[in-house]
Amino acid sequence: MNMRALPGSEDIIRQTLPNGIIVIARENPQSPSVVVDAFIHAGSIYEKRSKAGLANYTASMLMRGTKNASFEEIYEKIEAVGTSLGVSSAVHTVGFGGKALPEDLNLLLETAADAVRNPIFPHDHLERMRAEILTGLAMRAHNTRVMASLAFYETLFGTDHPYGYSNSGYQESITSIARADLQDFHKQHYGPTGMIITIVGNVAANKAISLVESHFGDWTNNKQPDIAPAPTARTINCAENQHIHIPGKTQTDIVLGYVGPRRSDSDYQSIRIANSILGVFGMYGRLGKTVRKKHGLAYYSFSRADANFGPGTWRLIAGVDPTNVDTAIKVMLEEIDTLIIKLVSHKELDDNKSYILGSIPIQLETNEGIAGTLASMELYGLGMNYLQHLPKQIKGVSRQDVRKAAARLLDPATYVVTSAGP
Amino acid sequence: MSAAKSRLRNGLTVILQEVHTTPVTTFWIWYRVGSRHEHTGITGSSHWVEHMQFKGTKQYPADSADREISRTGGVWNAMTWIDWTTYYETMPADKIDLAIKLEADRMTNSLYNKKDVQSERTVIISERQGHENQPVFLLSEEIQAAAFRVHPYHHEVLGDKIDIESMTRSDLYKHYRTFYTPRNGIIVAVGDFKTSQMLKKIRAHFSGIPKGDKPSVFLRDEPPQRGERRVFVEGEGETAYLQTAFHAPAATEPDFFPMIVLDSILSGASSFNLFGSGISNKTSRLYRALVLKGLAADFSGSLAATVDPFLYSITCAVRTDRSIEQVETALNEEIERATNNPPTEEELLKAKKQARAMFAYSAESVTNLGFWYGFAEILDDYTWFTNYLDKLEAVTASDVHRVAQNVLKPNNRTTGHYIPNAGRAN
Repeated sequence: MNMRALPGSEDIIRQTLPNGIIVIARENPQSPSVVVDAFIHAGSIYEKRSKAGLANYTASMLMRGTKNASFEEIYEKIEAVGTSLGVSSAVHTVGFGGKALPEDLNLLLETAADAVRNPIFPHDHLERMRAEILTGLAMRAHNTRVMASLAFYETLFGTDHPYGYSNSGYQESITSIARADLQDFHKQHYGPTGMIITIVGNVAANKAISLVESHFGDWTNNKQPDIAPAPTARTINCAENQHIHIPGKTQTDIVLGYVGPRRSDSDYQSIRIANSILGVFGMYGRLGKTVRKKHGLAYYSFSRADANFGPGTWRLIAGVDPTNVDTAIKVMLEEIDTLIIKLVSHKELDDNKSYILGSIPIQLETNEGIAGTLASMELYGLGMNYLQHLPKQIKGVSRQDVRKAAARLLDPATYVVTSAGP
Repeated sequence: MSAAKSRLRNGLTVILQEVHTTPVTTFWIWYRVGSRHEHTGITGSSHWVEHMQFKGTKQYPADSADREISRTGGVWNAMTWIDWTTYYETMPADKIDLAIKLEADRMTNSLYNKKDVQSERTVIISERQGHENQPVFLLSEEIQAAAFRVHPYHHEVLGDKIDIESMTRSDLYKHYRTFYTPRNGIIVAVGDFKTSQMLKKIRAHFSGIPKGDKPSVFLRDEPPQRGERRVFVEGEGETAYLQTAFHAPAATEPDFFPMIVLDSILSGASSFNLFGSGISNKTSRLYRALVLKGLAADFSGSLAATVDPFLYSITCAVRTDRSIEQVETALNEEIERATNNPPTEEELLKAKKQARAMFAYSAESVTNLGFWYGFAEILDDYTWFTNYLDKLEAVTASDVHRVAQNVLKPNNRTTGHYIPNAGRAN
């Protein structure tokens, strides 16, 4: 593979505006569209636990009316030309972005800037959104997959930890949030500090940067605090399990897992390879082979090692017939045991390295793929030549590194396992 | 955009398009087989056959194909739907030969070991159970069954559980051998290759496979519906859902394109490409009438491009503080409005511009293009896709009005309620 053809410092333009916003742009002249992918540091880590869901609620109200345009005007403008623009919120950041035909990029950025800078939280929309969120929470309570996952985070980190509680909130907290809470949260936390905006597609990089400058360049907020430090995680000392009983369901979802790596973890690539072997490679790795293929226990069983600013998670996931829950957990633990006791084979290691490197051009085929990759390179401070250096990092991982990384984070005796089902 | 279509002597259709912007190629093989080609007793067999196609051949035992593709960084997968089953590999362009070999091999040489059939049976039951956990699946399944009394579109792609439990290895193998033939297949490749070389490789691997017999399909047309049908599903949860479905034109009927515009006006623009991204629908008529009015938490419209007439359906999640009847009344008022008056010119222009944008987005990656060409060829001809925007452009407000009057009639409708038991045991 010619790694030089991949995005790197030679063709990515990265510029810091005077107010601190980092703009990353890469032109893709063959593409018929342009994609915007941006982050503001206004996630749920900045809200009080008693107001769980406030950051998400605030983000979901940004496009419901601004000083300059009503909800109807905002959406009429973007939908009329087939532009997408959405806002989503996570623990550390609120993301916004979308896709447009090249001639509509200015409209997309103008609408996005107005939404994040000037929302007015109209009362009628506020109450309608509250009802929609509450209905969403009621649906969630009956979704086995989501409930198993929610219980997992709550148990692993604790229900008061910013990574533990649900950032969509709970019925009590959503009911208690007032309009003033949203206004205050916006006033305090939305600003240019730490903001990253990535633009990829059929637009000259310099033009993209000047458009960002014209819509965001004069944005300041002296109330905005510094970027929140990443939290730490508690230690798990035994096997902890929890079942969410949802009667009437035909399948049980299981999440078994551990505290995972930070993105800055020096073993990150070893962990990534270990996870690929465990539950990704070739239709879900070893877990796919044992849980799905050998035992026929589940339609899906796979694993994810998600890194974060702070501690991430390493999860084994399966959906099984309710009578097979114990067997599936037993098989998962056996796989963990094998991974930390026995060195992976040379063949497996080689296959998984080859897979990770080979998948890069496919992942970077679309504007969304490139924008997402560049945004996370910036977000996690990996540098604009990360993709050029990646092959060396991956190739350098040994069988011993894989075992060591797995043994450091996984343990067949101390884990959290949650399930939701009948 | 220019694709080259040819047919091998054994009847296999081949559609090729070069795209040299990234070093990636996608290879698809489509078969004209889906739940439409199943009779009772073997419902779900097309989908199960798709699963079995990953269980290996002599040349590529189950795990070896998986391993060889994954090693290149490539992705492969398969999908089964009412009209078709398709397999694809998207890979670094210099590795695509592997996909050609593999697909040629498994067109005829899949093993169907009894043991694999048995373990896959529980996997598929588990897949079905996962779906049954979703209220909207349970409701749609009943609505489809009520809307199609005669035509095989009446059962779910996954099949009825009783059939999944009872089907045998020989049922599946027979289904496979009947439909997996060159004359019933379509190859699509899009990406970084030279057309003449790609065609040569395809010939080398596929032209030796016998044409196969024309599959005899047990297919019965659905008679006209003579009045509204209603179904009720009771189940777990706190949220009520309303779904209403109308018999809608097939993809090749002249009324299909006005139907796309009608759907866009009612429920927002969407793409038929399973890999395409959509846009929000907050200026659509139904969003205004249902969500903005505070009746539904969410809704979606679904129009499918199909070989035979299928359904246009609208699904609403009822807000916990509202009743399903309130949502149904508001929905029916909007439906009546669409049948009483043609859309405005402004609405028509918007729907067309949205379709252009969506079309551009959905044709961006080689994988998306591979989907489009094969899908269009199954429905009609690959030009169904290349002429898509022109046909949409030709739609007038009176076309949309006429189609609304034909399709959105109460006697052409099946309405279903999902009634949650709110914690009471079933």
